[in-house]
Amino acid sequence: MVYGISIILIGIGIYGLMTQKNLFKHIVSLSIIDTAVNIFIVATGYVSNGKAPIYTRALPGFSPNSFVDPLPQALVLTAIVIGVGTLALGASLLVRVKEKHSSINVENMKGVGE
Amino acid sequence: MRRLYAILVAAGLIYMLFVFLGTLPLYGKVDLSNRVSAHFLAKDVNSVDVKKWVEGDKQVPSREKIYGRKGFEDESANVVTSIVVNYRSFDTLGEVTVLFASAVGIGLVLGGMKRMGYGRKPNFILRVSTGILLPLIIMFGIYIFVHGHLTPGGGFPGGTVIAAAVLLLYLSNEEFVANMKTSKSLEGSMGSLYVIFGLAGLATGGAFLFNFLPNGVVGSLFSAGVVPLVYMTIGLKVGSELSGVVAEIHEEREG
Amino acid sequence: MSALIWIAGGMMVVAAVFAVEAKRILDSVIAMSALSLISVFLFIAMRAPDVAITEAAVGAGLVTAVLLVTLFRMKGGGDE
Repeated sequence: MVYGISIILIGIGIYGLMTQKNLFKHIVSLSIIDTAVNIFIVATGYVSNGKAPIYTRALPGFSPNSFVDPLPQALVLTAIVIGVGTLALGASLLVRVKEKHSSINVENMKGVGE
Repeated sequence: MRRLYAILVAAGLIYMLFVFLGTLPLYGKVDLSNRVSAHFLAKDVNSVDVKKWVEGDKQVPSREKIYGRKGFEDESANVVTSIVVNYRSFDTLGEVTVLFASAVGIGLVLGGMKRMGYGRKPNFILRVSTGILLPLIIMFGIYIFVHGHLTPGGGFPGGTVIAAAVLLLYLSNEEFVANMKTSKSLEGSMGSLYVIFGLAGLATGGAFLFNFLPNGVVGSLFSAGVVPLVYMTIGLKVGSELSGVVAEIHEEREG
Repeated sequence: MSALIWIAGGMMVVAAVFAVEAKRILDSVIAMSALSLISVFLFIAMRAPDVAITEAAVGAGLVTAVLLVTLFRMKGGGDE
């Protein structure tokens, strides 16, 4: 179910990358794909009726399949923060592109060879 | 024509991914005893055989109380934290390095001397409420990464909350400029401290990033050995790094 | 819970299509922020509170701010 949602979002992101001519839309599409892939990875670790992987006073013990898989969550946790770093790097490159070529639309850029 | 082509390619990709889904277990039907994560959850990576837990044999730590006891490999109550900072801490060191590289790249591309202004006077409510909210936001960020081994959260979201506080300062004051020297030195010293923790573990325990401090009781604040200290360094590092990104994105060159 | 997940997924798909196809770049950034915010609900439903709190702080706060400041620096930027 959640698999389907994330796969459709990946498809929409690919569609945006292929059709849009504005470079800012490309960054937005890449960010959509980022979110969708994160949802997909977390969904691979979901156990139905499982609890969040934190030991508390109400949930003190361990038995198999009583918790969801913590490993994909640990991977996604760092991947989200890396995502904002790379997104900000792409946005800052876009500022320089706008200064140099006076547009961020692929078809209106000045000084780009055919 | 271009849109039709793009729709066809995207639909083909979606179909291919749906076919690929057949090789995965169904949503929610995952059996954790086949995965390595069961060891992380039981806080015993080296010795226990997973197959015996399912059959109900009496073997540590199956069906045993973990919260409030001591004597496990990793004493943090939040298992995600114990994977991020203890079992797979080397991966986290690499990812922090990637974040550092992207922050350096932003400074390289957008470096400037003058602060960009928004060209308007900040709202009165924004200016006054910043003074009240800012200490609370910073305190909340510090709370998140100090309690990373007990509650959801940790160094990465805590650092992001601190960066959001710096962003609030930039929005509410047209003249404010963050002190980049402080931010850079904090970031560098915290990154070095992470490696120093790893080397101390190598010296005392024989493995890089070994958990060398005494573990307490699962669920208490002073527990989990080196895990809260490492998460504090990660929190301060991520916070200063993202604050630096927020500051650099407001800089512009002369003229 | 299942119906709620379907509703959230439908809203995410609508937000994604709007973010890709919107005429103004500002609308596109706001729609992307909404998509991140709804994905927080999905993470909560999949019992991942750590990821949810990170996504709420990063996706809805910092990414939107960074993109909006970049958009402001480009003086409206998009010409479509």
